[in-house]
Amino acid sequence: MSAVTVEVVYRGIFQKNLGQRIGRGIVLAARKEGKIGISFGRYGDSPERNGIPAKQFAIVADDELELQVSMARYEPTVADVTIAVDDTLCKGVESWAWYGTQPINKLLHEGGLLVVTSIHSPDTLLQWVHRQPYEYDIAIVKGPASFSGLWVYKEDHTEVRVLGTLARVAPQLFGLKALEQAIMQEWNDNLKVVSAQKAFDRAVPRRVSTDEGNPAAVEEFEKPKYWEMQDAIVVKGIAVGKGFRGEEGGFQPERNPYFKKYTTRTMRPVVDFDKCVKCTLCWLQCPDSCFDVTPEHLYDANMEACCGCGVCEAVCPVENCITMVTETAFVDNTSQYEMWKQDTQGYQGWLQEKIAAAKTVEHRGHGFHHRGQYADEIAALQKEEDA
Amino acid sequence: MRADTLVIPQETEALISGCEAIAQACKLADVDVITGYPIRPYDTVMQAIAKLISNGEFDAEYIIAESEHSQFEIVKHASAVGARVFAGSSGVGWFYAMEALAVTAGLRMPVVAIVGNRALDDPGAFGVEHNDALAVRDLGWMLTWVDTAQEALDTALMAWRLAEDRRVLLPIAIGMDGAYLTHSQVLVKVPSQEMVEQFLPPYDRAELQLHPDNPITVAPQVNEDWLIEIRKQSDEAMKRAKSLIPDVYADFHRTFGRGESPWFEEYMMEDAEIALLGQGTIAMPLKVAVRQLRAQGQKVGVVRLKWLRPFPTEELRATLSKVKAVGVIDRDYSFGSPFHAGVLATEMRSALYSLEKRPYVVSFIAGLGGREVTAENVIDMSNMTMKVAASGKADTETHWIGVRG
Repeated sequence: MSAVTVEVVYRGIFQKNLGQRIGRGIVLAARKEGKIGISFGRYGDSPERNGIPAKQFAIVADDELELQVSMARYEPTVADVTIAVDDTLCKGVESWAWYGTQPINKLLHEGGLLVVTSIHSPDTLLQWVHRQPYEYDIAIVKGPASFSGLWVYKEDHTEVRVLGTLARVAPQLFGLKALEQAIMQEWNDNLKVVSAQKAFDRAVPRRVSTDEGNPAAVEEFEKPKYWEMQDAIVVKGIAVGKGFRGEEGGFQPERNPYFKKYTTRTMRPVVDFDKCVKCTLCWLQCPDSCFDVTPEHLYDANMEACCGCGVCEAVCPVENCITMVTETAFVDNTSQYEMWKQDTQGYQGWLQEKIAAAKTVEHRGHGFHHRGQYADEIAALQKEEDA
Repeated sequence: MRADTLVIPQETEALISGCEAIAQACKLADVDVITGYPIRPYDTVMQAIAKLISNGEFDAEYIIAESEHSQFEIVKHASAVGARVFAGSSGVGWFYAMEALAVTAGLRMPVVAIVGNRALDDPGAFGVEHNDALAVRDLGWMLTWVDTAQEALDTALMAWRLAEDRRVLLPIAIGMDGAYLTHSQVLVKVPSQEMVEQFLPPYDRAELQLHPDNPITVAPQVNEDWLIEIRKQSDEAMKRAKSLIPDVYADFHRTFGRGESPWFEEYMMEDAEIALLGQGTIAMPLKVAVRQLRAQGQKVGVVRLKWLRPFPTEELRATLSKVKAVGVIDRDYSFGSPFHAGVLATEMRSALYSLEKRPYVVSFIAGLGGREVTAENVIDMSNMTMKVAASGKADTETHWIGVRG
């Protein structure tokens, strides 16, 4: 056998501990079967930014020489297993450490495996996951994105549930028995063993065919030659801006043409333009200058620049005018203002549906907010599964 | 045209030290921002500049920083907004500025600095050693040593022209041996302002200049996808500096009548069988002793190296391939280096290695901590080098000269 490579794609800072725990768990469990391995973060992702996608890798091999082939590389270019610990990453991955949005399944090969933690079905996720010209498997670990915290790890068992799923659907890494031993060695926690076992029992991979997935083309970037680059480490500033989307009135700032935030956010604001009192606070306070000012002085959150921080919702003085909604409720980045302009009535229906999604389907929080211990969440998950 | 309307630029003669010559160069180059922080032996430059400013002879922003680190950060930033700048230091003061020195080169800021060479602490000492300036050898600083106060003045004027050239944009450190050069007053020809203006164009950073009308980001964070290209740009800039230095010297010579040889000074090298090579004021005892040796019929010559970065590899190879052996005298040390040699000897071995007919390199360490290198010392070194040339066998030992024991 050649080495087995696993990448864990996570949201920077808040899921760093989770990514590391999964990476360590893979290597420790494989060790129980006599294999050796390495677990490492993608160095170029560090220092991590809140919510910006980052990667952890784990590579398992039969012997040192096989492992060395993988260790000689800065990072893997092919993965046997990709794990996304936040399902919004299925829309694509854009880090500050690479260029353009990459498909979540970019490193997978034919017959590879995509594992996603999500409360949604594979069919829902495949609306976003980029289409590939080969077949591979997808497996869901049922649960919300675990925001386990930067400084302390809130126990929600996501790591062992992912590992239990791997024992079932990627047995070339390790079996359940080895995993149970590794969990006891690393965490000495029987409840975690039970969680891993449950995940093992529930894991059902599903084949993804070549006509499934988001057919959108993937952005390509060609990096300049050294003599094409501006010297003296100078980067030209971005111009101030101009009228709203080619019009005379309003204002739209110029933005970084290379780094977009389509995949940075886990939530996005929806704006009720009929309620807006044009107070300018969202526009002033947005740390990413994401609001375009329309000719009639409404504020349209431009999805290429919004990182989903929620400051606009917090500062808006009008009730239910700006609402943060989980990113999983959207399939595209259409301008809300343009939707509203075209069909005000229809827009209200769309808006209320999204607000309902925020309150009922999937309530997301920021990493700053503690999501609760596993014991708190397990009941809700169980209820959902029973239903 | 009537003869009395002709304005012939005039030079005046002044009795000044190397440091005072540098202060004159700052005035003549109309430097905009100067920073200082006192440390001997560099600090006489500070006094000389302060005097020029307080006498109303010279107008510049003159900032006494709270440390060498700030001193060099200030000139780096001033250079970014388009100011012609000057700073300097010595010994461990230069080392305290090291972070700022590294980023100055990385950011391609044409800072001109002097290093009044001084032994590094500990023990505390004021005498000359070259290890202070040598610390920036690999960072993208151009690095040159001067031998006289005249050469200090002339080299400084050339330094701004070269550093600020849009094709180069690299900082320059001018090494000046402590005491021998920094503190001795000699007769120096001080050119007129008009002559300098003919030679030295204004500093124009163009599209790289920080200005509200030219919004740019300077020094962003980059990852592994970008840095090697940025290093390659610095490498190319240093190569361009190498090709421009002869032009700058030629133009300087046309304007001022001095500075014919850009890379090194050759003394009695025409028929030399061996050469003695060093940097800075060590050339004085070398020349004195070589005259004595020549009187005895010994065919010894002197090569005083001016530029260490960029290193005149081809030019040195052409000159030294004519001799059988070259005695390289380091006023520095590089503990644990190949053959425990000094920096210069190690570099010379590297430069000469691929020559088909290469001279032997005999390595000497002398004059550390400002210890006088006597004519007798030079004669000893010459004899040892002659012996190696005659023996036809390489000498890999590094000889410490004048050390008790």
